Amino acid sequence: MTSPLIKTTGLSKQYPGVLALDAVDFDLVPGEVHVLFGENGAGKSTLISMLAGANTPSSGTIEVEGEAVRFGSVADAQGKGIYTVFQEFSLIPTLTVAQNIFLGWEPTKGPFIDHRAMRKRAAEMFEELDFPIDPSAVTATLSRAQQQMVEITKAFHGDMKVLILDEPTASLTDREVDHLFDFIETLKAKGVGIVYISHRMQEFSRIADRITVLRDGALIGTVAMADTDDAALVEMMTGRAISEIYPRIAQQDGAVVLDVAEVRTAGTLPCSFEVRAGEVLGVAGLVGSGKSRLFRSVMGLSPRLGGTVTLGDRDISQAHTREIIQAGVYYLSPDRKSEGLDLAKSSNANLGVNPMMARLEEKLRGFVNWRAIGDKTESIADRVELSTGYRNKLVSQLSGGNQQKVLFGKAFGQDIDVYIFDEPTVGVDMGTRAALYLLIKELAEAGKAVVMISSDLPEVLNLSHRMLVFAHGKITAELSGDEMNEDTVLKYFFDESGATA
Amino acid sequence: MSDATTSNPVFGAIRNLFVRVGVLPFFLGIALVLFTILSDKFLTMQNLMNVARQSVYLVLVSMGQMIVLISGGFDLSVGTAIAVTSVVSALGMVWAVGVFPEAVWLAIAMGALMGFGAALLIGAVNGLGVAYFEVSPFIMTLGVSSVAAGLALFLTGGVPVSGMPFAFADTFGFGRWWGVPVPVVVAVICIVLMWVFMSRTRVGTQIYAVGGNIKAAHLSAIDTKKTLMTAYIVCALIASLTGLLLTARVESGEANLGGTIALESIAACVIAGVSLRGGIGRVENVVLGAFFIVLVQNGMNLAQVSSYMQMVLLGALLILAVIFDQMRYRMIMSGG
Repeated sequence: MTSPLIKTTGLSKQYPGVLALDAVDFDLVPGEVHVLFGENGAGKSTLISMLAGANTPSSGTIEVEGEAVRFGSVADAQGKGIYTVFQEFSLIPTLTVAQNIFLGWEPTKGPFIDHRAMRKRAAEMFEELDFPIDPSAVTATLSRAQQQMVEITKAFHGDMKVLILDEPTASLTDREVDHLFDFIETLKAKGVGIVYISHRMQEFSRIADRITVLRDGALIGTVAMADTDDAALVEMMTGRAISEIYPRIAQQDGAVVLDVAEVRTAGTLPCSFEVRAGEVLGVAGLVGSGKSRLFRSVMGLSPRLGGTVTLGDRDISQAHTREIIQAGVYYLSPDRKSEGLDLAKSSNANLGVNPMMARLEEKLRGFVNWRAIGDKTESIADRVELSTGYRNKLVSQLSGGNQQKVLFGKAFGQDIDVYIFDEPTVGVDMGTRAALYLLIKELAEAGKAVVMISSDLPEVLNLSHRMLVFAHGKITAELSGDEMNEDTVLKYFFDESGATA
Repeated sequence: MSDATTSNPVFGAIRNLFVRVGVLPFFLGIALVLFTILSDKFLTMQNLMNVARQSVYLVLVSMGQMIVLISGGFDLSVGTAIAVTSVVSALGMVWAVGVFPEAVWLAIAMGALMGFGAALLIGAVNGLGVAYFEVSPFIMTLGVSSVAAGLALFLTGGVPVSGMPFAFADTFGFGRWWGVPVPVVVAVICIVLMWVFMSRTRVGTQIYAVGGNIKAAHLSAIDTKKTLMTAYIVCALIASLTGLLLTARVESGEANLGGTIALESIAACVIAGVSLRGGIGRVENVVLGAFFIVLVQNGMNLAQVSSYMQMVLLGALLILAVIFDQMRYRMIMSGG
């Protein structure tokens, strides 16, 4: 056994009222990929923030190569060879790629910055990492995946012993993920230890050596990848079995409620499909496949370049978003912070907006009946199982899972026939997921139409009755029954037949 | 963050009050103590009544400003809305009284309507620019303010408009209803209406929602453009009403009325806990905030602070209030 690069003993972090990390022992040996796995709020980020030097422990010790350390800053940790790529990007969008990489240690010629040397060295670094990025491009023009690569390149200088990656693949396409994994393999071969945080279990078998599972700030266990499987990991993470997470949803043969014919938007080809009452229609595809864009154009959120959308017997091809919502289609945004919720208001206030717009029991037209709306928000909060203590709290103070419950609750504030859920469980812990899935089941079994757009393949496969697969801006397959399995879906994910742009 | 701050109950209570209502109670307390020490005339019934009467104009404009701030913008053109109303309504009344010399009240009403019409135009242009052309509120209202101020000066040639019916000034400038000065009565009615508008009507609630998160409001079936439009128009109309009351007070139409009121009204709102990021603010606090500003000006007058120095202090107070607003927002967002 090689001596560990990093070893923590009884590491704890106490915030006022919350024990974010509870006496965690963790170690990392050279040349291994050690995955940190757990729900949101399990303490993964707290742990790595202390390893990265961004945070200081309340108690417990961190040893680097057998020597006890106290990091006062990220620079301290980097001095010990520990580099971290955080989930939040640290790039300045208006600068060029090379300027970002050399921010703070620009090569100089006398008193002036040597831009040519900077671009040249950045190009060399990209060459070494095999990232196809132009050093003189302005950062804002890059895709998120490319920005991620720049972020990694930025961390990659000096003498690297440990690389900490916080959800690096969250916004990458599969090809880019392959690329990243090749890069990780190279580092492993050089003896670098890698701490890897991810929710994507399908990745673990490809790169992980060991997995440490955290739940509610406590260490549940560290297992070798070879000795475990997905079901066991989910059980460790959530404390419940996988079969309890996805409910079985009874299918009904409902009428067609939403008919989309030859609809096209920027970046997609014309697409046609229909949505039936009482079914869950899953929509799968890689990031950038156009699946979300198409539904946003159906909702009038992005330009419609042709085709017709019919809701019941009403043509809503040209209708405003608010008219479509009033006509009975609800769109749940994938980005609850920027376009879903009003963060500086309470959960109740957020939930109240939709019944208010639906003129719930207005006694005098234009005047809000707050009593009726109060009753309604209470019943919605009960329905989405939002704890009473959170109802008057500001949404910004809730966890991601509870925020998502509030966002779901907004869907129940008015009369809706078609629910379009775009990434309904993004960044949500398993416990909350199970609750949200039950809500979807309730809706479908009550005869509503549910469209579920998701990048989480197990979720789509387990919940939908029928599914559409998107690739390269078009629908490459419509699957149902036994055709809905991972292999078939993956085949259509990479369908190249329609790759013309 | 540190344990010392959370364990001290007095500090905790102060912190809670600050997070809930903002910096106003602290400022008000400091001002009362300070000016009572500096001048023995300050804390008298007569002086406080005087402050109440003087603060009517700022209270009104601040309520309008509050609506625009809550919608997520701000309105730098409230001052010129006042000036334009003053000039247009005065010109209108002088003209109308010439046409209908017997019907004085008809002439007053016509002049007032013309003033409101001009302000409506200002509000509508602001609203159009901000909502439909997505110009930043700062530039839009600044530009409109220059255009309108220029027009007001152009209309009058820079000379005050006189010759309005005496009844106008006698009633709205110096009159009393039920023993209370008319401007105070008008302000009280407006405060009540505004409170009902913001907390009981759909449109008011929509303004809060749009200011809180415009994209989320859009996805909740709110007509965000119409809502923004409404906010700017209501703000301009209240400024216009203030313009009429001020015109009655000075008994002439003047293009230089309302010179500093944009800054003062924003200061009043921010001190009263209206967030500059939109979505947050309460009518009753804003009334108190405007009262506070006038109270400070009155106190400084009694303490014989020069008017130049008063400008310095008012600006500093605004910046201080914004700094506290920033701190408060951070506390709210981080779970204070």
